[in-house]
Amino acid sequence: MIEVQHISKAFGDKQVLKDVSFCFEPGKTNLIIGQSGSGKTVLMKCLVGLFEVDRGGILFHDRDFSAMSFNQRKEVRKEIGMLFQGGALFDSMTVEENVIFPLTMFTNQSREEKKDRAQFCLQRVNLQDTGHLYPAEISGGMKKRVAIARAIAMNPKYLFCDEPNSGLDPKTANVIDNLIHEITHEFNITTVVNTHDMNSVLEIGDNIAFLYQGELKWTGDSGSILRTDSPEINDFVFSTELTRRLKR
Amino acid sequence: MGLLRDIGAYLILMRRVFTRPEKSSVFRHQFFIEGQNLGIDSLGIVAIISVFMGAVVAIQTAFNIDSPLIPDWTVGFTTRQSVILEFSPTIISLFLAGKVGSRVASEIGTMRVTEQIDALEIMGVNSAAYLIFPKIVAAVLLNPILVIISMFLSIFGGWAATVMTGLGSSVHFIEGLQLEFSLYDVFYALTKTIVFAFLITSVSGFHGYTMKGGALEVGRASTRAVVFSSIAIIVFNLILTQILLS
Repeated sequence: MIEVQHISKAFGDKQVLKDVSFCFEPGKTNLIIGQSGSGKTVLMKCLVGLFEVDRGGILFHDRDFSAMSFNQRKEVRKEIGMLFQGGALFDSMTVEENVIFPLTMFTNQSREEKKDRAQFCLQRVNLQDTGHLYPAEISGGMKKRVAIARAIAMNPKYLFCDEPNSGLDPKTANVIDNLIHEITHEFNITTVVNTHDMNSVLEIGDNIAFLYQGELKWTGDSGSILRTDSPEINDFVFSTELTRRLKR
Repeated sequence: MGLLRDIGAYLILMRRVFTRPEKSSVFRHQFFIEGQNLGIDSLGIVAIISVFMGAVVAIQTAFNIDSPLIPDWTVGFTTRQSVILEFSPTIISLFLAGKVGSRVASEIGTMRVTEQIDALEIMGVNSAAYLIFPKIVAAVLLNPILVIISMFLSIFGGWAATVMTGLGSSVHFIEGLQLEFSLYDVFYALTKTIVFAFLITSVSGFHGYTMKGGALEVGRASTRAVVFSSIAIIVFNLILTQILLS
């Protein structure tokens, strides 16, 4: 479980997050949704420690991450897997080497054990035959799946996904969404997904936080989001003519 | 103010760079890769530059000696002194600032833009040490070897040019080479090279690591890396010369 307690973050005069509190639950796909510029990415970067919060606290199973030193955070970070928007695979390494990398850095496993684990993770994302390829040789969707494989290599307790299906066609986006959802339930991971894709919201949103201009405006799940009276969320969910017509 | 802020940020980064590697086997692996990329891959171009540089120094010296009072060994002596004291350590380091500096800054800058550095940080890896430290160690160990090779090849180039153009004899050139040879000159040259190697990789690593923005800024960071490491080399050349030769 990750608890966000009254966090605020500003860049210069611009207040990006305003007193946000939320609880990301284990074994669920927790979504942070909102329009572009609403503070989703900043919130996620605060959660993983890439940005420091100005006020408030972030608790990973009661451990105050925001108050930890760099070395203390290293222990928590070993429990974190992250899927970046562009995959963030290491260009100089093959797909298999990318998945093996965290195991090499943080475990004393033998070469065979690491290869077996990498193969298992790649199999889990249906990419068992691509281990020898370099990131430049695979498609955008495959890069995301390799990034998921790398993220789960260390058996993480927490999985963060930043816009996991941006730049993908609807079918591939659906594959990625389902993969994240399945892995979350299979390994009982606390997954946090940052998205503005409504398909993802409706398909995999177990626990949703809606950000509006840096404030938490609404929380709920994929079932209740279509029934809410919140004008901000209705404006977001039914932003296109097609969705408005469907609602009518 | 901007320069002071950059120097402060550089020192803070260096504190992160000079920490014990998380895993020595990973560091060794990275060191050999960087040794290949930064050192061995530069050998060919360093060899070409050195031979021609030595040849030009010898020919210019020979052409500028008109007086019959100046002994014939002067060409060999001057070539040796110029090459060992200045041309090989400083000119080769300035060249490496361009070749290696731009490579280091653009490689790390691209990793910054594509969030690969963020990925390392989130895994719990000290990204500054993982990326920059092996480069510094590889350059500090391999650049002196490149410079020693450059010294030999420059002197060979000078000898070949002198003999082939008929501006002097082989015997006089070699006599000049051997005259009043001081090992301290080589020590001075290699000390400079080690400092320059550190400056090239650390300054370029700093510009790549701290860059912000997109592809355009990677190019800018790469240019800044070359400019600032070249300036640092020139400034430290003066400082070290004053300290070591005074």
